[in-house]
Amino acid sequence: MSMILLIEQLLNGLQSGLMLFLMAAGLTLVFGVMGLINLAHGSLYMVGAFACAGVAAATGSFWLGLAASIAAAAAAGAIVEVAVIRRLYARDHLDQVLATFALILIFSEGTRWLYGSFPLYLNVPPSLSGSVTLPGGIQYSLFRLAIIGAGLAVAAGLFLLIGKTRIGVQVRAGEADREMIAALGVDIRRLYTLVFALGAALAGMAGALVGTIQSVQVGMGEPVLILAFVVIVIGGIGSIKGALIGALLVGVTDTMGRVLLPSAFALVMETSAATSMGAALASMAIYILMAMVLIVKPGGLFGARA
Amino acid sequence: MTGPKTGIHRETRMTKYLTTTALALSMMGTAVMAEPVKVGMITTLSGGGASLGIDTRDGFMLAVEEAGNADLEVVIEDDQREPEVAVQLSDKMIQSEEVDVLTGIVWSNLAMAVVPGAVRQGKFYLSTNAAPSQLAGKGCHENYFSVSYQNDNLHEAAGQYATDEGFGSMFIMAPNYPAGQDSLSGFKRFYEGEVASEVYTQLGQTDYAAEIAQIRDSGADALFFFLPGGMGISFMKQWAEAGIDMPVVGPAFSFSQDILPAIGEAAIGVKNTAQWSKDIDNAANAHFVEAFEAKYDRLPSLYAAQGYDTAQLLLSAMDKADVSDADAFREALRAAEFDSVRGKFSFGPNQHPVQDIYVREVVKEGEVLTNHIVGTAMTDRGDAYADECKM
Amino acid sequence: MSAVEITAPGRRAGRMGRAQIVNVALALGLVGFGLGAWATGETFLITLATKVAILGIAGAGLNLVLGFGGLVSFGHAAYFGLGGYASGILAHHALNYTPMFEWPFVFEGSTSMPVIWITAMLVGALAALLIGALSLRTTGVYFIMITLAFGQMIFYFAISWPAYGGEDGLPIYVRNGFPGLNTLDPIQFFGLACAVLFAVLGVTAMLVRSRFGLALQAARQNRQRLMAVGIRPGGVLLVAFVISGAITALAGALYADLNRFVSPSMLSWHLSGELLVFLILGGTGRLFAPLAGAGLYIVLEHLLGGVSDHWQFFFGLMLLGVVLFARGGVIGFLAGGKRNG
Repeated sequence: MSMILLIEQLLNGLQSGLMLFLMAAGLTLVFGVMGLINLAHGSLYMVGAFACAGVAAATGSFWLGLAASIAAAAAAGAIVEVAVIRRLYARDHLDQVLATFALILIFSEGTRWLYGSFPLYLNVPPSLSGSVTLPGGIQYSLFRLAIIGAGLAVAAGLFLLIGKTRIGVQVRAGEADREMIAALGVDIRRLYTLVFALGAALAGMAGALVGTIQSVQVGMGEPVLILAFVVIVIGGIGSIKGALIGALLVGVTDTMGRVLLPSAFALVMETSAATSMGAALASMAIYILMAMVLIVKPGGLFGARA
Repeated sequence: MTGPKTGIHRETRMTKYLTTTALALSMMGTAVMAEPVKVGMITTLSGGGASLGIDTRDGFMLAVEEAGNADLEVVIEDDQREPEVAVQLSDKMIQSEEVDVLTGIVWSNLAMAVVPGAVRQGKFYLSTNAAPSQLAGKGCHENYFSVSYQNDNLHEAAGQYATDEGFGSMFIMAPNYPAGQDSLSGFKRFYEGEVASEVYTQLGQTDYAAEIAQIRDSGADALFFFLPGGMGISFMKQWAEAGIDMPVVGPAFSFSQDILPAIGEAAIGVKNTAQWSKDIDNAANAHFVEAFEAKYDRLPSLYAAQGYDTAQLLLSAMDKADVSDADAFREALRAAEFDSVRGKFSFGPNQHPVQDIYVREVVKEGEVLTNHIVGTAMTDRGDAYADECKM
Repeated sequence: MSAVEITAPGRRAGRMGRAQIVNVALALGLVGFGLGAWATGETFLITLATKVAILGIAGAGLNLVLGFGGLVSFGHAAYFGLGGYASGILAHHALNYTPMFEWPFVFEGSTSMPVIWITAMLVGALAALLIGALSLRTTGVYFIMITLAFGQMIFYFAISWPAYGGEDGLPIYVRNGFPGLNTLDPIQFFGLACAVLFAVLGVTAMLVRSRFGLALQAARQNRQRLMAVGIRPGGVLLVAFVISGAITALAGALYADLNRFVSPSMLSWHLSGELLVFLILGGTGRLFAPLAGAGLYIVLEHLLGGVSDHWQFFFGLMLLGVVLFARGGVIGFLAGGKRNG
């Protein structure tokens, strides 16, 4: 395999990793601050994609659609937090898993009710379509480059928000000691709603960006949700830095596994069997990665608590 | 439904059911009244892939309503694309609804779960879509009819088309599951050039950046891919973004009417193979396309056409024979005397279609994306497994 | 989590009595439903009741680690599916006359349920031993997620491994046999499933009352105290996990025979989720929770499915209502009992 192809595949891994980070950041924040497992995070991703497709179709502007996706997901997140999630903070993980599992059913079937079962149309805006030539002669999709840029920008923004602002201080205090922060006079209910809505907005944005190059349909959130969980478990639940590194690890492992494993098997066996075998192993690669990380570090790479 | 035997059925168990039917039959002799037919349709109406099941149902029901045959009753259930659910629905339909005919399953893995059991219990199964190789060869059965195709057909036609076009080397790609493996072997059966590279993707995969980079790097003359449903939508959009100048060929599944709007203009110009297209020139097809659009306010897809033909086949058999006389009814089905929207249609020895398979091109008609026939890939094509079928 | 009625013998005698009445009523309800369906010739309802019994067994397997040991396993579909595949693969070889292996002795596969059950339980136990040994190094959310990851790993393997059908699954053309019974007769198969269910519930009850069971519950409530009396909680939990895997695999083998079909969807994370739902619906930590939960789930699914194409929407709402407002599940509601956080 040529060097150029290898670099291009690394870029692909980086891009899918950054989108996973947008998903995982919300999950890990919500878990870190409120101690809540939210299976319905994938539904917020779907809400974002549907809002973007709906608004883009109605107005003809992708950018309005993108803004709508963030707003709609944040609003949906805030509503869900106030109506349901708030009652779950004091419960054990089992209740949280079940309640948010129920939310998935409600969101998925509700969306199907509103939009029907057919996939929606959402495409790359003209200003970002086509591909560019990078140094070294790599042909790369402009939109994917933009996604990488957006992902990096959001990651930087998030680190600033958590590290430098008042809200960030409250969030970090909340992670360290939930009772204490309430005693300090912070409106804990508002903070929780805010954190949840922020996580939802990031998921919605990821949904819109990824939906643009993939397909916008009911159920699109579930595979991503599982991947995002793998990411935060590898990174250590509650850690934004862990989520970023976990996401990149998962993105690169998945992409490179798909490319390299079949050719590796082809060295020792017949082509058809090798591609099939390699693909089978590649689909398991990230779960093997996760199991290995947890065996060595049961609390994830940057886990605050196990 | 008020059939003459309904009362008896309610009180008998499955084992007794068969004997009472036989008894009732012999008592009735040559009854004047036509035997009512109860059809159980198991198809995917919720979850991923529901659009295929909805089109199948709508096409089927259109033909049923047009016929207005009071002796035909249809029960429709949603399998959620889960094999276990499909099996339980078929048990329910056979055991408590006491249907005579089953139909509607979209996916091969669900068909493999339901069909062998159903036909062994003496029910007819008419396939509106899935037709796995196991059921065409050694596992064929006299009560099983595929009205759509044999699964390999459209891939074979794509291989033939690639040969005819003189593509010297091809990059071929499909998901890593049985239908995907069958797809690539079907393609290779009729492709005479060189396979530059063969790639299996993950089932349900949505990001194809890695594969697209490999395709660009392969230097192949053209690309063949089979990625049904959402996978195909994702792939085509990303393919268009990558701006690679390479002809694309595929089976119709990724370019059927139900998903074309979601792919958008990225699909324009792609060649795909199918046994039906909305511009096949015959009266039955013209009527079907118009009636479907009038009733459902959208263009029919391949699945809708297959559903419509299946119902027409069933209705044609009902006109000729009573379903309770299984042998006569089977003969009537085999004759396939109905006006297919595909034009000519007949069954081969393993009760799979013998039909022409066309090459279509995705075009834009006004504001709507759709397919036009640009050629014929195969004429009177049966399938590769008929010889293994001992019926 | 709700109180465990069996753990406090004598202390809440009145409630214990009520819980037992509810349990007996549930058992009689299942058997009565099956027999009623048989008497009226509603074969499909017998099938439905058999499904409840089998999923009840799977739930009982999970209940041992979750209800009593406090381990939230989100990957129990793995054992369920492995049990199903054990059944499917043995029957596949036997029906096709292709020996499974020829060394060290020729093994033709089997269509005998006892052989299949033992194999399935061994496979389930072995998988649970490997997965448990690794997963039990973690706790809390990490445990939930690592069990999910192992489940997904096996799921993807089953989909892409072509030898036994991959995603198409593996049909079992004729239901496997049990000495002295005609398993093709729905009511006899139902009887068999019920017998296994009650045997499993009986074994669970005995286990929970034994020294081992007390240690298991202590491991849930307070690991330190357990260590103080010289018992390693990890060992106790691992043994429970292995037994749980074996029971769930047994249910999988029966489920394969019920459907005469095995496929990777038996391994999917949705199924792991459903098993959790059964326990919550039934009442976590209650001996009969799996039966009550599976029964309610399947009845609801059946009834709602007939009402609307969008039944999952209403089902979700209902489930949400149960989690938020009806804690303690069906049995908690009927039998009462202490409700704590």
